[in-house]
Amino acid sequence: MTFTETDVRKIADLANLRLSAEEIKKMANDLGSVVSYMEKLNTLDTTGVEPMAQVLYDADETATLREDVERPTLQNAEALRNSAVSGQGYFKVPLVIER
Amino acid sequence: MNTASLTMSEIRAGLISRQFSAVELTREALRFAEAENPKTNAYISLSPERALTAAEGVDRKLAAGEDPGVLAGVPIAVKDVILTKGVKTTCASKLLENYIPPYDATAVQRLEAAGGVIIGKANCDEFAMGGSNENSAFGPVRNPVALDRVPGGSSGGSAAVVAQGTAVGSLGSDTGGSIRQPASFCGVVGVTPTYGRVSRYGLVAFASSLDHIGPFGKNVDDAARLLQAIAGRDEMDATSAFAPVEDYLAALADTNVRGMKLGLPTEYFNGLESESGSLISKAIDVLKSKGCDVQEISLPHTEYALASYYIICTAEASSNLARYDGVRYTTRADADTLSGMYRNTRGDGFGAECKRRIMLGTYVLTHGYYDAYYLKAQRVRNLIAQDFAKAFAEVDAIVAPVSPFPAFKLGEKIDDPLAMYLADIYTITGDLAGVPCMSVPCGTTAEGLPVGLQILCNHFEEAKMFRLAKAYESSR
Repeated sequence: MTFTETDVRKIADLANLRLSAEEIKKMANDLGSVVSYMEKLNTLDTTGVEPMAQVLYDADETATLREDVERPTLQNAEALRNSAVSGQGYFKVPLVIER
Repeated sequence: MNTASLTMSEIRAGLISRQFSAVELTREALRFAEAENPKTNAYISLSPERALTAAEGVDRKLAAGEDPGVLAGVPIAVKDVILTKGVKTTCASKLLENYIPPYDATAVQRLEAAGGVIIGKANCDEFAMGGSNENSAFGPVRNPVALDRVPGGSSGGSAAVVAQGTAVGSLGSDTGGSIRQPASFCGVVGVTPTYGRVSRYGLVAFASSLDHIGPFGKNVDDAARLLQAIAGRDEMDATSAFAPVEDYLAALADTNVRGMKLGLPTEYFNGLESESGSLISKAIDVLKSKGCDVQEISLPHTEYALASYYIICTAEASSNLARYDGVRYTTRADADTLSGMYRNTRGDGFGAECKRRIMLGTYVLTHGYYDAYYLKAQRVRNLIAQDFAKAFAEVDAIVAPVSPFPAFKLGEKIDDPLAMYLADIYTITGDLAGVPCMSVPCGTTAEGLPVGLQILCNHFEEAKMFRLAKAYESSR
C-alpha cells in the first residue's frame, strides 16, 4: 500500500488536521508502512465471525440504568473555565457562516 | 525515614505505631521527589497542596482512632492522563498544558478515600500513545535503572517513579501494554486488571474499548493493595463491571500454587531476544518447582493481533481526539474561520505520534474502507478473545514474556513507527481480550536491564493471578 501526498492531504482534511509540507511527506511514508502491515489481516478468513466491538459480560439488560433523580451537574462557570475564549456564558468561536 | 524503600504495609505499620505521621511522610516524599526528579523527568508536576491536605486527613483519622484506610499515607503518583480536580492534567500534550480538570477520576477519588496521598502527576507518552515515553511534550522520561534507556511507555513515568523511589505506588493506564511493558523495563510490578474492573471515569479517552487504569508497585502486595482500593462498579462508567471485587490481600496470604495449570503459548516465544528468553525459562522452572503443571498451549491468532489492535485503537483514537478543537480545552490557534481554527489548533497542538494515529484512524474509518479494515479488525479481535477462552478452559493461567527485548536506548526506535509498534506484540492480546494480566520482575540481563514475566488469567481472576505472581516473587 502506498500513499501519495494528495491522499495524505485528503485524510488530513477529514481529520481537521493542518500538516506542514514536511509532515505530509513523512506521513505518506509512515501510513504506507503501517497500512501495508495491517493488510496482513486479509490473509485470514473471518467468514461467519461476529465483529467484537467491546468486551462484554453477562448482566441484566437494565443493569446500567439508575433511578431518574435530580442531581448536581457541572455548573456553567466551571464548564467554561478551561475554554480558550468564552463570554456571556458561552464558548466563543470564529465566524461560522458569512452573510 | 527513607520513602524510597518503604512498602505500603510498612507505611501502615509506621503510622499506626506513631513512628511518623502522614504529614511528615508526605513532606519527605515531596522533598525526595523534587530532588530526584531531574534525573528521570518522571513527574510532570507535583501536587504538594493536595497531598498535604490528604495527609492531614489521614493523621486526623489516626488521632481519632479510626481506620485510616488500606492506602493510609502512601505517596502515590497518578499518570497525567487521569483527571485530578484542581491539579493540572496535561496528558503530556502541548494542547492541554494549562488544563485544570473540574472533577476527579473515580480511581483518584477512591485512592484518596482509602487514605492514599497523591503527590504528583506522572509523565507519559502524549495521550498515552507510545511505547517509550519519548512522545511527551514535556520531554522524555529516562529509565532510572539505566539513564540512557527508555522506561517504556506509555506509562513510563508511573513505572519510573516506583523504580526510582520517588513514589511508593502509582496509577497508569494500559491500552496495548502501557502498564506491563514499562513495569518490565523498569523492574517493578505492573497490573492491567480485567476490562471494566476499574472505572474509566476521568481517564482521558484514547481507545475506549481497550483503555484500562491499573496500578504499579514495588512488589505484588503493593500492587494488589492499590487495585483493591480502586476496583469495583462505578455508575459513571457504563462499561464498569458488576462482578464483586475479590479480597486480594486475603488471597495473598496463601501462596500455595501446587497443581495450578500453566499454559505457555508457543507463539509468544518466537522472536524473543535470547537473554530475556532464558530469564523467562528460569522463571518457569521456579514455578514448576512450586508444583505448577506447565504445558505448551497455542493462541493461534496471535500473529494477527498487532494489525487488529492498531486498526481498532487508531480508529477509536481518531474519534476520541476529535474533541480537541480549540473550543473547550484551553489551547487555541487563531484563524479567520472556524474550520481554520480547528485545523491550526490541532496542527500546532498534537505531537507526531498523535497525528499519525489520528491519520491512520481516520483512514481506516473512511467510507469504502470501513469494512475492509475496522470491521475486519473487530472480527479478528473476536478470534483472539476466543483463543483465550479456549486456553482458559484448559489452564489456570498463561505465562509469557512481556516484551521481545529489554529497555532500548532513547532515540533508537523513534523514527520507525512500525518497529515501535512491534514492541507491543506480546501485550496487546490481553487488552484485546480484556483479560487481567501483569508484569512481575524476573531478573536482569548481563547489562543489568530488568525483564518482566507476564501472567494472564481469565476475566475477574485477579486474586488467582496475584497469588501466582507472589508465589513466584517470594521464591525466586
